[in-house]
Amino acid sequence: MSISEARTRAFDIEAIRADFPILSRKINGQDLVYLDNAATSQKPKQVIQALTDYYEQTNANVHRGVHTLSIEATDGYELARTKVANFINAPRPETVIWTRNTSESLNLVAATWADANIGEGDNIVISAMEHHSNIVPWQQLAAKKSAELRYLAAGEDGLLDVSDVDSIIDSRTKIVAVTHMSNVLGTINPVAMLAERVHAVGGVILVDAAQSVPHMPVDVQALDADFLCFSAHKMLGPTGIGVLYGKYDLLEAMPPYMFGGDMILEVTYEDATWNELPYKFEAGTPNIADAIATGGAVDYLADLGMDNVWQHEQELTAYAMEQILSMGNIRVLGPQDPTLRGGVITFIHDTIHPHDLGTALDQQGIAIRTGHHCAMPLVRSFDVVAAARASFYIYNTKSEADALVNGISETEGYFSR
Amino acid sequence: MTGGMPGLDEMNDLYEAIILDHYRSPRNTAPVESPDIDLEVNNPFCGDEFHIQLKVEDDAISEVGITGRGCAISQASASLLAELVEGKSSAEVRAAVDSIRRLLKGEDVTEEEREILGDIEALEGVRKFPVRIKCALLSWVGLDDALKDHLKK
Repeated sequence: MSISEARTRAFDIEAIRADFPILSRKINGQDLVYLDNAATSQKPKQVIQALTDYYEQTNANVHRGVHTLSIEATDGYELARTKVANFINAPRPETVIWTRNTSESLNLVAATWADANIGEGDNIVISAMEHHSNIVPWQQLAAKKSAELRYLAAGEDGLLDVSDVDSIIDSRTKIVAVTHMSNVLGTINPVAMLAERVHAVGGVILVDAAQSVPHMPVDVQALDADFLCFSAHKMLGPTGIGVLYGKYDLLEAMPPYMFGGDMILEVTYEDATWNELPYKFEAGTPNIADAIATGGAVDYLADLGMDNVWQHEQELTAYAMEQILSMGNIRVLGPQDPTLRGGVITFIHDTIHPHDLGTALDQQGIAIRTGHHCAMPLVRSFDVVAAARASFYIYNTKSEADALVNGISETEGYFSR
Repeated sequence: MTGGMPGLDEMNDLYEAIILDHYRSPRNTAPVESPDIDLEVNNPFCGDEFHIQLKVEDDAISEVGITGRGCAISQASASLLAELVEGKSSAEVRAAVDSIRRLLKGEDVTEEEREILGDIEALEGVRKFPVRIKCALLSWVGLDDALKDHLKK
């Protein structure tokens, strides 16, 4: 059970919306309906305030000075790390490494742990529903090491096909790298089961949690995840900062990713020794302000309670899917059962191309994502080249789902004039 | 007309009647037999893809066939291209591509050039929607490159 469940404020949608200044913006003369949360979330004033407070009151470099500001900056930076650790139920704060984003977290593991532990003839298992950022680093590493890259398939029902998991994960499997929740299909994958399988053959599991940590309770110990990666900007936090969680012993044994200040313990003209965790992986002056603001984002979500966040999005997704499917000319990719998926609805209209729809919805103030969603092979496997995607968060309402459906109808009217 | 959503009328510059007509009934979609130029153009970011085939006789384009899929803008633009290039020399087509580029960037285009472009002028409204300019240019840029290569042969 994560700490986030310990204290909660009421899930009052109007009060939540009032915390997000951008929601009062007009787009093309219309009220903003922001439905591109899987790309990035909006920020509450508490997070924006944390950034300004830091720069106005605390700004200094961390881990170096003995002066008051440096001590305060260091305390804030480390407190934020502890907040993130508690949020995902990491056993100790040093297992939380600050990175730039999910992509950098994934690349860090590929370049250090995987580079040191994967050899010729070994295999890497990923899924067919990965984001490009959890495909390309493994393609590159497999080629470099003459290792094999294997895929767990995505079934037509949008669920991960685990029927042949026992032959795909075998004694040469060193790592399973899989998304917790698909950014296209919304599918929630059986991470704990995959962890058990790969641990049984002596390998590790990396979880791309970019789409899950912002939206549902995630407990790294319950999942038995060896590595887990996510970005702050998709969970109310600022851009430019992400997290790599790793099991302590694994991180401890790994070589550094980058070299420089802060990550060393002692430097001579000939050599250097590495600092302890987590600093071994945080070379150079870190992103102090954004780390502190990420702590603010985590506070905000923990106050709401991640069970409540999840519940809200489940209800909204079920409602929106029903409304969209009732239009009769729209195909929704991924699981049709809303309880098997998160708040991401990727859809294709029978006659209107996603880009024309995206432009027309934007004219009505509605922001959705269009295109291949950084998952080209997956999108193509559904025999489409592009799709539209609406994705929800804590501040979205049923009336915004209605606005989307109405906006699609208006667009149909426009193109059939 | 539109269903009364004020925002959508703002799109009329983008989706002019001529554009919608070419989108719904694209011209010259029949495949060309033993084409001299045969190219696929695509924009992986939006998934738009077109297959362009041309027959060139004495440096004049005698036959053209374009098939593919894409948004209204890229499809209409490809259809307008099919209409324009027939009977033109490769130099004339390349000059037209240059005019279109300038038209979409909001740069000067002479009256003479506009006359040559004809219906293609309808694409000018795309200027107000900068993210859609690449949709309008997709087939033109591909053809321009192909003609450049063809002339070298």
